Amino acid sequence: MSDAAQALKAGPAPTVKPKISRDDWTMRLFMGIIAIYLAVTLVMPLYAMLSKSFSTYKVDLSGYGLQVDTGSGWGDETTLDAINAKHGAFKASDLAGSSDTRLSPLALFPDFSFRSPTKYRLKNLRPDVVFLFGSERVADAEWHEYTSNDFRRISLRPVKDIGASNYLRYFSTPSLFYSIYNSLFIAAISTLITVTIAFGFAYALSRSCMRFKGFFRLVAMVPILVPSLLPGIALVYLFGNQGVLKDLLFGHSIYGPIGIVIGSVFFTLPHAFIIIQTALSISDARLYEAAVSLRASKWKTFWTVTIPGARYGLISAAFVVFNLVITDFGLPKVIGGQFNVLAVDIYKQVIGQQNFEMGAVVSVVLLVPALLAFAIDRIVQRRQVALLTARSVAYEPTPSTRFDRLCLLYCAFVAVFILGLLGMCQYAALIKFWPYDLSFSLTNYNFDVMDGGGWASYGNSIKLALWTAGIGTCIIFSGAYIVEKMNGFTWGRGIFQLVAMMPMAIPGMVLGLAYIFFFNEPSNPFNFIYGTLGILVVCTVTHFYTVGHLTALTALKQMDPEFEAVSSSLKQPVWRLFSRITVPVCLPAILNISIYIFVNAMTTVSAVVFLYSPDTTLASVAVLNMDDAGDIAPAAAMGMMIFYTNALARIVHLLLSRGIVTRTQAWRAR
Amino acid sequence: MFGTFTALQDIALDINEGEFVCFLGPSGCGKTTLLRAIAGLDIQTTGTVIQAGQDISALPPSERDFGIVFQSYALFPNLTVNRNVAYGLENARLAKNKITSRVTELLSLVGLPDQGPKYPAQLSGGQQQRVALARALATSPGLLLLDEPLSALDAQVRVHLRHEIKLLQDRLGVTTVMVTHDQEEALSMADRIVVMNHGVIEQVGTPTEIYTEPATLFVADFIGEMNHLSGDVTAAGKVKVGTLPLTCATADLAKGQAVIATIRPEDIVVKPSKGAKKAANTAVLTVEELEFLGSFWRVELSAPSLGDNSLSANISINNARSLALEPGSKVSAEFPAERIRVFPAVG
Repeated sequence: MSDAAQALKAGPAPTVKPKISRDDWTMRLFMGIIAIYLAVTLVMPLYAMLSKSFSTYKVDLSGYGLQVDTGSGWGDETTLDAINAKHGAFKASDLAGSSDTRLSPLALFPDFSFRSPTKYRLKNLRPDVVFLFGSERVADAEWHEYTSNDFRRISLRPVKDIGASNYLRYFSTPSLFYSIYNSLFIAAISTLITVTIAFGFAYALSRSCMRFKGFFRLVAMVPILVPSLLPGIALVYLFGNQGVLKDLLFGHSIYGPIGIVIGSVFFTLPHAFIIIQTALSISDARLYEAAVSLRASKWKTFWTVTIPGARYGLISAAFVVFNLVITDFGLPKVIGGQFNVLAVDIYKQVIGQQNFEMGAVVSVVLLVPALLAFAIDRIVQRRQVALLTARSVAYEPTPSTRFDRLCLLYCAFVAVFILGLLGMCQYAALIKFWPYDLSFSLTNYNFDVMDGGGWASYGNSIKLALWTAGIGTCIIFSGAYIVEKMNGFTWGRGIFQLVAMMPMAIPGMVLGLAYIFFFNEPSNPFNFIYGTLGILVVCTVTHFYTVGHLTALTALKQMDPEFEAVSSSLKQPVWRLFSRITVPVCLPAILNISIYIFVNAMTTVSAVVFLYSPDTTLASVAVLNMDDAGDIAPAAAMGMMIFYTNALARIVHLLLSRGIVTRTQAWRAR
Repeated sequence: MFGTFTALQDIALDINEGEFVCFLGPSGCGKTTLLRAIAGLDIQTTGTVIQAGQDISALPPSERDFGIVFQSYALFPNLTVNRNVAYGLENARLAKNKITSRVTELLSLVGLPDQGPKYPAQLSGGQQQRVALARALATSPGLLLLDEPLSALDAQVRVHLRHEIKLLQDRLGVTTVMVTHDQEEALSMADRIVVMNHGVIEQVGTPTEIYTEPATLFVADFIGEMNHLSGDVTAAGKVKVGTLPLTCATADLAKGQAVIATIRPEDIVVKPSKGAKKAANTAVLTVEELEFLGSFWRVELSAPSLGDNSLSANISINNARSLALEPGSKVSAEFPAERIRVFPAVG
């Protein structure tokens, strides 16, 4: 071992093929597993959905052979198509349909009577053509003979084809494509209002010396803890037909764009606030000093220093809010009334009309603005990072009685808005019978007598949130570790990174629908998880993958890049480094990922609304279903249960994080 | 080759057992790349690495025999000093008390006997680097690799620690390769220095060889200070700078070849101009500028006979006092033939 003599010689030697170490194999194995996970839970379902949107179904009459015996022996062999050509019973639009279409051929026979002695023979002329006798599927190429009485029970099944006709139908149906306009309109207005309010809020908190800043920061985060449909329920109580403040709307209805916009502002405010606050906190104090020394007015300084400094944050916040609003399903479902938006259209097409192909088409349509907003946000954020690294002198606000009071007043106003909506929900949940009997009672918490799955759905939600947080954090953190620390294999890591970024751009409704197409296919080997809690866990992990991935990457990038080199020079396997160094050092980030997933799993509606089964009803979906069934007060009660659970989870998370920081203070102090 | 960028080319180097070798060069010269190739962290596209008679060219770092210390120390922040040092011993199937005694031994070896229970963040930079050294030596590797180990430290700590590392290396006799861009570090620590530039080795030699007999103009410039005098070869052993003929070794440079003759400032022998005999390699020069640098004077000299060339010479305090130098005064300067090195002019 000590007999060391080193030589490094070069020449026209052949290319060195590095031997792959055991650690490299471990990493590759893990990367393979997580790549397969992402392929199965994200890429393949999306592909299934895309291909579904191009699947067309049409009953092909030329595929059926027919013989009729009216009592004088079997007549000539003909096809249903030939008969239709004679009578014109079916138009082309009658023959088009979905995968569920069942068409009775009786209309082709105007003088049909089930009592007549006429007999029919039917045959499939092509292998892809099928008909049903009752519920029995007939797919062979033999003649089948039926009496008139039996012939009534025949239904023709459509033939699958590929084409853009679903899209043509979508864009030629005004009631459908008008939703695009509605969605864009709602998202744009909400974005404008939310970003303005959030900017004011963040500005007041970062540029004034007002009191209660900590309290206001806390309040701004509250909407994250509730499902997006909860503000909708609160608005119903405040401004609905029996609302306490109904007169404030001057005859306008809260059911529709007004309600959606107010609710959207509520649930997107924290997201915009976080981004803008970060942007404002990095502005350079020296610029303000320069502005003062140049005798610029406050107004001018605001427009020439503050706004340009925060512009990337503002743009980023705008696109994030836009994306959240346009993809949100719960709120427009609760308070949208007759105002159709894309996300609700998907639900209506799939759940209401069982038209899966059209649901897929609307999903693809919704994907376009969501992907665009996502892409622009990513580009802008990259620039923002560049600004961050060029660190400068931090701005310290100076007290000014008038300005500070103004800020306090403004923040109080926003806080009243947030806490008011939430408080209204809690109040309504405790009222016996709105608005006739305003005495307090807990009857609305008796979920077991309502639609939506009762208390069991609350238990399921907790289970889902815990499983998702546990499994999701493991998968996400390991995946991020491999992307960040693996040697070589650059293209593989590049693709992995791209796929890991995708979930953020995919609306929950689209993901949920894609899961139906992919996992409900009987030939899919993963079919067994359909209808279980498993598919809800998998779907939720994938739905919230990206933010966790980015959090993990940020934490891992702060680790010394030479740890892996040192560890392997000391002949220690990579898993030992991972478990003894990487995970303990990144524990705060890991906790952040799991609380993020937990809270979102508790509140999410969009993806899981397609995937729950009678055994796996969820609290957030129960809110939706109880509201749908008119049990609005119990819906509010359940919504508040979600809020309290999430608030508790956050407190536990805070205590845990504090505990870790205290316990590890000795080595974290730098 | 890394990507499309050639980081190293035609490197041939033998390192003897127990030797302390420094890779020295400006940033981007490929010295770290070479070190990482030896470690197996970035494996070379072509070429062979042989350690102790065994071809390790394609082996991953975990199958090679070395310990490594980085500029960033790369100490595990959540482990105490003791456990950092013990990290490499843990799966070697050693008994607990053996590990403990080995850690104690290593920590006293690097001069930190009482710091075991502390965390890295509680130590100074120099102490952290000692811990990193102890950790790298824990498994008694056949080769110690040091990647700019002192660059992150304060100047005073750096001087102290480089002395200690050298002593430690002498004591343990472990073959050591250190990468540095600091010539003083290389000159004071290394048995041999490998001077690198643009991915190739410019010269390999002992510190004195590198300093006194630089093989290339790059080495001459990179290490220490050097005067440049451009001229031509007039005959074998003869170079003319301006109108001044110089006798010096010209190796196999052809007659008429444009060259740069170099001489270090401290090698110029300055004497009073009055009474100086006309001798070979001697010129009368005018003092242009004087700069006091503490232990010596730096004198800028020029003369019509040198053409456009100007010279710096270092003159000891004593000598300067007896010469009574001031700007404009004349001195006689001798360029000892064995101190002049001639290189072909570039471009």
